[in-house]
Amino acid sequence: MSEDKKPLKPLATGDRTIPPEGAKMIPIYIMGREYMVPETLTIMKAVEYAGYTYIRGCGCRGGICGACGTFYRFLGDYRLRSGLACQTVAGPNMVIMQLPFFPLNRPDYVLDEIKGNPHEELRRLYPEVFKCIGCGTCTRTCPMDIDVMDYIALMKRGDLKGAAHKSFDCVMCGLCASRCPAQITQFMAAMFVRRVYGKYILPRAGHLERRVSEVKGGKYEKALKGLAAMKQDEVKKLYVEREREPDLAEPGKWMPRDVTNL
Amino acid sequence: MSGYTPELKELIRKVEATRPARVEKARKGEHFPALTLEQRQEWLRKYHPDYKNDGRRKVLVGPNRGAELPEEIAALLESKSRIDPLAIDLKRTDYEADLLVIGAGGAGTAAALAAQEAGLKVLVSTKLRHGDSNTVMAEGGIQGATQEGDSPYLHYLDVIGGGHFSNVPELVAALTNDAPLIIHWLEGLGMMFDKMPDGRMKVRHGGGTCRKRMHSSGDMTGAEIMRVVRDEARNRSGDIKILEFSPAVELILDEEGRAAGAVLYNLETKEYYVARARAVLIATGGFGRLHIQGFPTTNHYGATADGCVMAYRAGVRLQDMDSTQYHPTGAIFPEQNVGLLITEKVRGLGAQILNAEGEQFCFPLEPRDVESACIIRECLDIGKGVATPTGRSGVWLDSPMIDMLHGEGTVRKELPAKYIQFKRYDMDISKSPMLIYPTLHYQNGGILINEWAETGVKGLYSAGEVAGGVHGRNRLMGNSLLDVLVFGRRAGLRAAEYAKSNRPGVKLTLRHVEAFNREVEEAGIDGARTAPILLPDYSPDHVRARQVG
Repeated sequence: MSEDKKPLKPLATGDRTIPPEGAKMIPIYIMGREYMVPETLTIMKAVEYAGYTYIRGCGCRGGICGACGTFYRFLGDYRLRSGLACQTVAGPNMVIMQLPFFPLNRPDYVLDEIKGNPHEELRRLYPEVFKCIGCGTCTRTCPMDIDVMDYIALMKRGDLKGAAHKSFDCVMCGLCASRCPAQITQFMAAMFVRRVYGKYILPRAGHLERRVSEVKGGKYEKALKGLAAMKQDEVKKLYVEREREPDLAEPGKWMPRDVTNL
Repeated sequence: MSGYTPELKELIRKVEATRPARVEKARKGEHFPALTLEQRQEWLRKYHPDYKNDGRRKVLVGPNRGAELPEEIAALLESKSRIDPLAIDLKRTDYEADLLVIGAGGAGTAAALAAQEAGLKVLVSTKLRHGDSNTVMAEGGIQGATQEGDSPYLHYLDVIGGGHFSNVPELVAALTNDAPLIIHWLEGLGMMFDKMPDGRMKVRHGGGTCRKRMHSSGDMTGAEIMRVVRDEARNRSGDIKILEFSPAVELILDEEGRAAGAVLYNLETKEYYVARARAVLIATGGFGRLHIQGFPTTNHYGATADGCVMAYRAGVRLQDMDSTQYHPTGAIFPEQNVGLLITEKVRGLGAQILNAEGEQFCFPLEPRDVESACIIRECLDIGKGVATPTGRSGVWLDSPMIDMLHGEGTVRKELPAKYIQFKRYDMDISKSPMLIYPTLHYQNGGILINEWAETGVKGLYSAGEVAGGVHGRNRLMGNSLLDVLVFGRRAGLRAAEYAKSNRPGVKLTLRHVEAFNREVEEAGIDGARTAPILLPDYSPDHVRARQVG
């Protein structure tokens, strides 16, 4: 390998921000107070760069846990915007307020007892869903680009399958509920609908039912005990000799040549 | 694809040039040859960060004294308590429960549900919010031998082979035996699994699997599991009490040395509380936020190994703490996504790993440590990595192959979260490849447990990433979501039996903490810090320089 082709060593900096030489600094306003931070950082990393240590408002740092819902405006712009702090890039003159917690309405229910009419149960648990005024603020607020108002409309109509799928990407950050003039806790109603859909509307897996009774009957215990007691060399041999199921095989159709250990 | 720089766009053309032939071969089931067991060992020895000797040393105190561990972990285990044990009034109980669960991720929540079903009152204390955990971030799936052509026997072989035969066999047997039960339990809780129209589970391969047994829920499998089990726990709030922003900082024992509770810390008011319980479960998750060897991490904010620290002081042995999983595909571009996990499902769906020339250089579904070693080798040794504008180096993950193999729209449908995370920066991963490099992903080792999640201390249980032995020195995809639920539920059930059949201790004590502090002092460790550290510190140097008070 010639010297000029020597690859760059990856920077190993954990999550601390070490801005590159000559990085442009921009002003941001964290709860109104001005800080200068390097451009291109996410709001979360910019807030940490300013010297904050998060207690609330920070979770997975990867856009999936919903801990860091954030409202912001740009100076001189009337529009209120929203996003996840860990996913939104901080821009110049951004005025930032994170929402560390939001009180939500979440009535308890017993999933196993909702058999008859889940739509009626939804109406009983979340009557406010049916008072949606259709303003669309929730949809405009959602950092996951979910059409929240649309899944609320589907719920009202009784299309629980549609509402379950439309709300699936929800990270439960609560931004929609915080802005709703009809005081709906959309994401909690959606949680209820998804579980009802998963349990009662999606068809159950028959092969799973059969496998569960085999396991409960102790079908595999002896074979597993045998493996656990086996010498390592023998296990290695079995491992190397495994037959690999083809990538495009259809589930439930393909069977291996050797069926002794199924 | 305007999110890419002109230089990267130029290199993407090389990927596009080789793509049609690669897709053609993939359709025929031809793939790049996998390494033999001997080659795997050689690649690991030469290129995997675990096998590097610098940055390790012997730990000087505690049950594992003398073990060679990474500097970051040795220093953590040698730290002193955050509290003065004598200043805590153990006679005043602030909280009382049958079972105290420390940590409210997948394992803790599963344990709470199982224990509640067995009749226990459960207190769950957690550092952040209920559900803030690595569970919520697991994307690609959960393994379980549910299909006719598969069995727990074959699942066992995959797990132990993937772990290079270093796993504890009894733990692997428990994991693979219970897997179908766990999938079934989740289905009954209303989880939205990816299914065929007749209800059959859709399944895929993961790295190191001989059968397609990866069950998924889009690319948010962990998030879906977490929100479902959390929702169920909330429905049982009469019996399951959740204390958020209240991490445990020390275990409390009784006069017989059995687990009897914990000292909890209110992160906001900075008060310490005494929580008393008949049994205690440590389910605090892993250590990604220690940034071993400076690697970025895919882990959530709270992954600071608190549970290992507490258990260690109570005399519990740890195992394989020198073994860290680097996930082969962490995003390295754009800079905002650095460390972000790109699920293995991307490769499970057929995307290949390519160098700067657009050439394949490894089988894309090797076990994770081997795959990572292959990528590190290509970048650092062979010199065919792709350089990013911020000076990182990585390789391509050719996601556009997925739509070509499975039909237009597959990426958007099967990988919705990933699609959005790149779309934000003006990159369409169904049309252009992603740049990736290994990132710190998982604590392979941890607290020594048996197949019922029992530790060496009576009444003390441990489950999930904080416990070790299940995966040996390398974990396969889809087995951690399974692990947290299998051993979480087993811990909950066993703790319930224990709590019902043992009379609780009378006198609470923190003497083990006093003794440990003394041992640290006697070992002459200079500048021992305090732990658990609870939260990582990411403030920059110029801020730290002024924090002089």
